[in-house]
Amino acid sequence: MAGKVRVTKLAAGGDGSIKVQRRRRSHSAKSHKDTRAFALFLAPSFAGVLLFVLLPFLDVVGRSFRTVVTGQFVGFQNYGTIFANQAFLLAVKNTFRFTLVCIPLLVVIGLAVAAPVSRLKNAGAIKSLYLFPLAMPTATVVIVWKMVFYRQGFLNLFLTRIGEWTGLWGEVRTDYLGSGAAFWVLVFSYIWKNTGYTVVLWLAGILGISNELLEAARVDGASERQCFFKIVLPNLKGSLYTIVILSFLNSFKIYREAYLVAGAYPQQDMYLLQHLFNNWFVNLDFDKMAAAAVCVGGFLFVVIMLLQRVWDKKA
Amino acid sequence: MRYGLKPYVGNMKKINRGIVLFLITIPTLLVCLPIVLLVTGSVMSNGELWEHLSPVFSEAAEYISWKIVPDYPTFGNYGKLLFMTPQFFVLFWNSVKMVGLILLGQLLVGVPAAWAFAVFQVRGSRALFALYVVLMLLPFQVTMLSSYLVLNRLGFLNTQQTVILPAVFSTFPVFLTYGGFRCIPMQLLEAARIDGAGELRIFCKIGLPLGKSGLLSAMVLGFLEYWNMMEQPMAFLEDKSLWPLSLYLPEITWAQAGYAFTTSIITLIPAAFIFIWGQDYLEQGIIFSGLKE
Repeated sequence: MAGKVRVTKLAAGGDGSIKVQRRRRSHSAKSHKDTRAFALFLAPSFAGVLLFVLLPFLDVVGRSFRTVVTGQFVGFQNYGTIFANQAFLLAVKNTFRFTLVCIPLLVVIGLAVAAPVSRLKNAGAIKSLYLFPLAMPTATVVIVWKMVFYRQGFLNLFLTRIGEWTGLWGEVRTDYLGSGAAFWVLVFSYIWKNTGYTVVLWLAGILGISNELLEAARVDGASERQCFFKIVLPNLKGSLYTIVILSFLNSFKIYREAYLVAGAYPQQDMYLLQHLFNNWFVNLDFDKMAAAAVCVGGFLFVVIMLLQRVWDKKA
Repeated sequence: MRYGLKPYVGNMKKINRGIVLFLITIPTLLVCLPIVLLVTGSVMSNGELWEHLSPVFSEAAEYISWKIVPDYPTFGNYGKLLFMTPQFFVLFWNSVKMVGLILLGQLLVGVPAAWAFAVFQVRGSRALFALYVVLMLLPFQVTMLSSYLVLNRLGFLNTQQTVILPAVFSTFPVFLTYGGFRCIPMQLLEAARIDGAGELRIFCKIGLPLGKSGLLSAMVLGFLEYWNMMEQPMAFLEDKSLWPLSLYLPEITWAQAGYAFTTSIITLIPAAFIFIWGQDYLEQGIIFSGLKE
């Protein structure tokens, strides 16, 4: 094996040496030493992950097939229970609805901001402006949202003034947090918080596209619009994958806003899986929780793997 | 993928000034107005606050009102909060302590792990890395029950370890730091090995200084995340004197609105400070979180 590698190295010569060196390192007698170093560096972290996440999760998988009190094996009965549970179905529906509305919206808004900003020379200040909500603690923001979205809040005041001014409508008295509009308040709050990092990721993707390619297209007479749709967009698939994954991850954190605005049992349009898990936890419904954790975890695992596969194929 | 190159068109004239103005105005309004509201609210006297806010919680006919410059600005609520509310101090230091210990733990545990993934390509390392990525993406609710079970068995429930320990072993900082370490050219490490440096020495003398940006991004993102943490302490800490500051705010009712505003501002200050100081690292971190291996 070593001899063969040496031949490749000789053939590759000069600048090809990085790749060859790496290959040689992983196949030679040094690999044993490498494995030991790898294990030593990783050990503390992996031990913790094993103890705090992996082993207990196996325990949870086991519990999802048993009753809470007696620990008797009941097969898929817990799974049957949660899928017949109205609260679970409502929470799944709302969570899906939230994700399906928010993620496309966030992706598009982020790109719509990043595309013009990428042409500016000093975009630093604009980026900070968009990123700042990420740093604002949720509890701080929620007071403001309450003042804006209550029945007597700023939004209704503003709409009423516009109505008076234009004479098109009278007083507006919508209760945004107690009606179906609560869902859209959450959507707004999510977009407000997360646009910043989406813009940063899109910008990184756009600035990573080679200038030569675009110059060549322009020399051939392509318009700016054509450049954007034919060259920039197709080259951003990697960024899209990342943004979708991270937005998805962050969409679960909307629970903080939802909980602080409306408590553990909010208006039913914003009752999310996170509320349900929390309420089951408080009521010690561990059998249902275990079954639901396995379902949601399994679902997320499959989605992540599928996205990764789609991305790998296209990139 | 390459980052940080020149903009693909360096031509300012081609973008509509209107678009730029729009792009600046909207976030300015949405970011600055909440801050203005909080700041003015925190220096208003309680009587004035009551006057402005009472329509909101008394279901009255008139609307909420506000004044950008309060009639009688006062730091009275800051004074009361800082000097006469011991509970506030306890929770503030709880937050500082928990965030500090979590970040320290992540440095000690996560950074070597990131180094292992970035430098050594051994059999099984890629599969393990994929596992770390999946774990990083699982939301708290999915792992809530399993965390509870193990914390219960270890007897940590209702102590701050329940919040600190699982966070120390979070795989997110590993992923971010990994992004920074990957930017170090491998020839450099190879050269150090040929010169006879041991692996630990290479890690300390080459890895840590050169991977600093990834490390700091993990710390900045981590600070913002854990300063704002709510789910874990809410589920696992029953004793309110152990709570972080982020859970104190929601406990304040409208009747004490003055406290709510001052507490908000004081909670915001450390996060804003870290944001201003570490914005470059924050951006870098967001980009690292997007790099595929």
